[in-house]
Amino acid sequence: MTHQPKFLVADQPLFAVEGLTKRYGARIGCADVSFDLFPGEVLGIVGESGSGKSTLLSCLAGHQRPNEGRLSYAGRDVLAMGETERRRLARTDWAFVHQNPRDGLRMGVSAGGNVGERLMAVGARHYGTIRATATDWLGRVEIAADRIDDRPSAFSGGMQQRLQIARNLVTGPRLVFMDEPTGGLDVSVQARLLDLLRNLVRDLGLSAIIVTHDLAVVRLLADRLMVMKDGRVVEQGLTDQVLDDPQHGYTQLLVSSVLQV
Amino acid sequence: MSDYTFAYLDEQTKRMIRRAILKGVAIPGYQVPFASREMPMPYGWGTGGVQVTAACLVPEDRLKVIDQGADDTTNAVSIRRFFQRTAGVETTEATAEATVIQTRHRIPETPLTEGQILVYQVPIPEPLRFLEPRETETRKMHELEEYGLMHVKLYEDIARHGQIATSYAYPVKVEGRYVMDPSPIPKFDNPKLGHSPAIQLFGAGREQRIYAIPPYTQVVSLDFEDHPFTPSKAPHDCDLCGAGESYLDEVITDDRGGRMFVCSDTDFCASRRAAGHHGALSAPEPEGVA
Amino acid sequence: MMIQIRDLSKTFTLHNQGGAVIPVMAGATLDVAAGECVGLVGASGAGKSTLMRMVWGNYRAGGGSIRVGGLDVARATPREIIALRRRTLGYVSQFLRVVPRVPTIEVVAEPLLLLGSPPEAARARAASLLTRLNIPERLWSLSPTTFSGGEQQRVNIARGFAHAYPALLLDEPTASLDSENREVVLRLIEEAKATGSAILGIFHDEVARDRVCDRLVDVRAFTPGAMT
Repeated sequence: MTHQPKFLVADQPLFAVEGLTKRYGARIGCADVSFDLFPGEVLGIVGESGSGKSTLLSCLAGHQRPNEGRLSYAGRDVLAMGETERRRLARTDWAFVHQNPRDGLRMGVSAGGNVGERLMAVGARHYGTIRATATDWLGRVEIAADRIDDRPSAFSGGMQQRLQIARNLVTGPRLVFMDEPTGGLDVSVQARLLDLLRNLVRDLGLSAIIVTHDLAVVRLLADRLMVMKDGRVVEQGLTDQVLDDPQHGYTQLLVSSVLQV
Repeated sequence: MSDYTFAYLDEQTKRMIRRAILKGVAIPGYQVPFASREMPMPYGWGTGGVQVTAACLVPEDRLKVIDQGADDTTNAVSIRRFFQRTAGVETTEATAEATVIQTRHRIPETPLTEGQILVYQVPIPEPLRFLEPRETETRKMHELEEYGLMHVKLYEDIARHGQIATSYAYPVKVEGRYVMDPSPIPKFDNPKLGHSPAIQLFGAGREQRIYAIPPYTQVVSLDFEDHPFTPSKAPHDCDLCGAGESYLDEVITDDRGGRMFVCSDTDFCASRRAAGHHGALSAPEPEGVA
Repeated sequence: MMIQIRDLSKTFTLHNQGGAVIPVMAGATLDVAAGECVGLVGASGAGKSTLMRMVWGNYRAGGGSIRVGGLDVARATPREIIALRRRTLGYVSQFLRVVPRVPTIEVVAEPLLLLGSPPEAARARAASLLTRLNIPERLWSLSPTTFSGGEQQRVNIARGFAHAYPALLLDEPTASLDSENREVVLRLIEEAKATGSAILGIFHDEVARDRVCDRLVDVRAFTPGAMT
């Protein structure tokens, strides 16, 4: 079988956002955010605390409803969808990797059960097949196969995060939302996770939207970058261009503040 | 003459419960919330079942009450006396003669007929409760038919014990739509839930839910293709009546490991013995059991 | 014409330093044809790397156009630039920047894997390049982050030549290399030219420059205020 490049430059955006605004009373969570995301692209959203990036992500992923704006996925209007359809989308085509793996895992269920849940939710009914798929995915995220029956509470933070990734990717989603995926992990563990994410994005042709405050993470993972401040996008473009030739004053400040090791 | 209104509950309450029952029968397996009343017995002692029975009873009914299959345990006796006193209905121990049967944790062995109502006492009506503690989430799951988590529980059983270890309160899917907890009946009883000629009603007093399976409804026990559901029981015959197909209680008879197996359904066992059947430990002559 | 630069200009505005405006380039015009190698010369800080980074799309152009294989990088969308970098335009920078703990052979194979090449073929090509560049096989499974400067540079070059880019940008490819390895790199450049690649390079090393460059362009001609 010939190995097809997974990110053919398609004409239609996978995810199109226009004028997205979320307010909390008089306060702005995020305002007037617009972008298109194509298949195989990774978009990074950076900003400091209070920049609105987490609000934006939760509006994009359907966890909150924006006050204004349009959101369409593969040409379908997400905000007009019924809740059933949106939840089904979240279980199949979309994935959400939480910053704290405990928020994205069932701690009382074994690793195999965690990975198999999405499969069972879409109708898988053969125990042997489910277990084999779960084992395969644990291998892909570098968790030893003999840990399949262990609970996540017995795993280290890095392993929990990798398990969360496996759990999310097992149904082959096309779009992955990640909220600070390496936050809270040791530096060496972060490196391993970033490498894993890069390979999965490449091998599976995923699109991803990654929110982080860590510029090193976006440099490694993201094709494009959006910089947010006070709820607004102040700059966006090619990742290495935004980081190496920042145009906006805030971006310049952000980039120059990064400690070099 | 009783100082109570018929069957203890006032008419408005009975009307409210009947509305909930009607809704439950119209949507098989769906948990209908109802305003459960204070009953003269504590929560956990069958208040849900008692309220459903009270709402269903008419003076012409003949009531049977069993607890774990037995007519003569404390709880069965108490509830039967309660209805004798507040409703004045006839009571019976014979399954075939009853019109309303209230049960805790068993379905009678004698097949039910059209016109009979079986009322189950339910502790926790929500089958997903121990996997997903949030009521808001479980309601969404039922609403949107998101039952993957139920299979996760069965998966965990197989992973941990090599087989589905759930032996009672085994979850079922009703009419291909709602997943339901059939109350803590042994899984051996699950096949009796489906296509029954009787009306089956489930009442949970503390949790304030009523649900129902109307007659001749499809009820399927959840399983995996490669680990199919088996309604298992102890591989013995009843030591008193010799029945090989009824659910058995294990009774410890001495402190040297001695034990005997007897039908859990007392009426069923007694009927068989009256008809002349006997088991390993009951001699044909009335000279006493070993 | 593979690379066509017309009237390119660049200004840096440092918002956090009093809004200082620093013009660094104006009126840059340059062509590189397929099979040709053009060397950029000029004193340090004159703008050679800046120009190269603008062609790569790493620096934003202030004005003018940069056509690479027909696409104007100065105006292209991020998607178009990414696609260009994957297929058409290669860049060997002075510094090796890699994800930590990725093995050397994976680093070098990556451009081919991104193009959909089967993993075994990609690794085979990576292996042959690493061998030519005298990186011993026992190092291939290690991350290059622990290598010496010269070894890192050779890994960088191997990665840059893994795929036959029609346009290639080389920033000091022979720096920190001994004469044997420099010879390997120069041979690689000649082979690339022979297969039709258009190469824009910065060579401080005069020997290298004389060997592979067909033309030299002095970027001091593009300094703002300079007389052309």
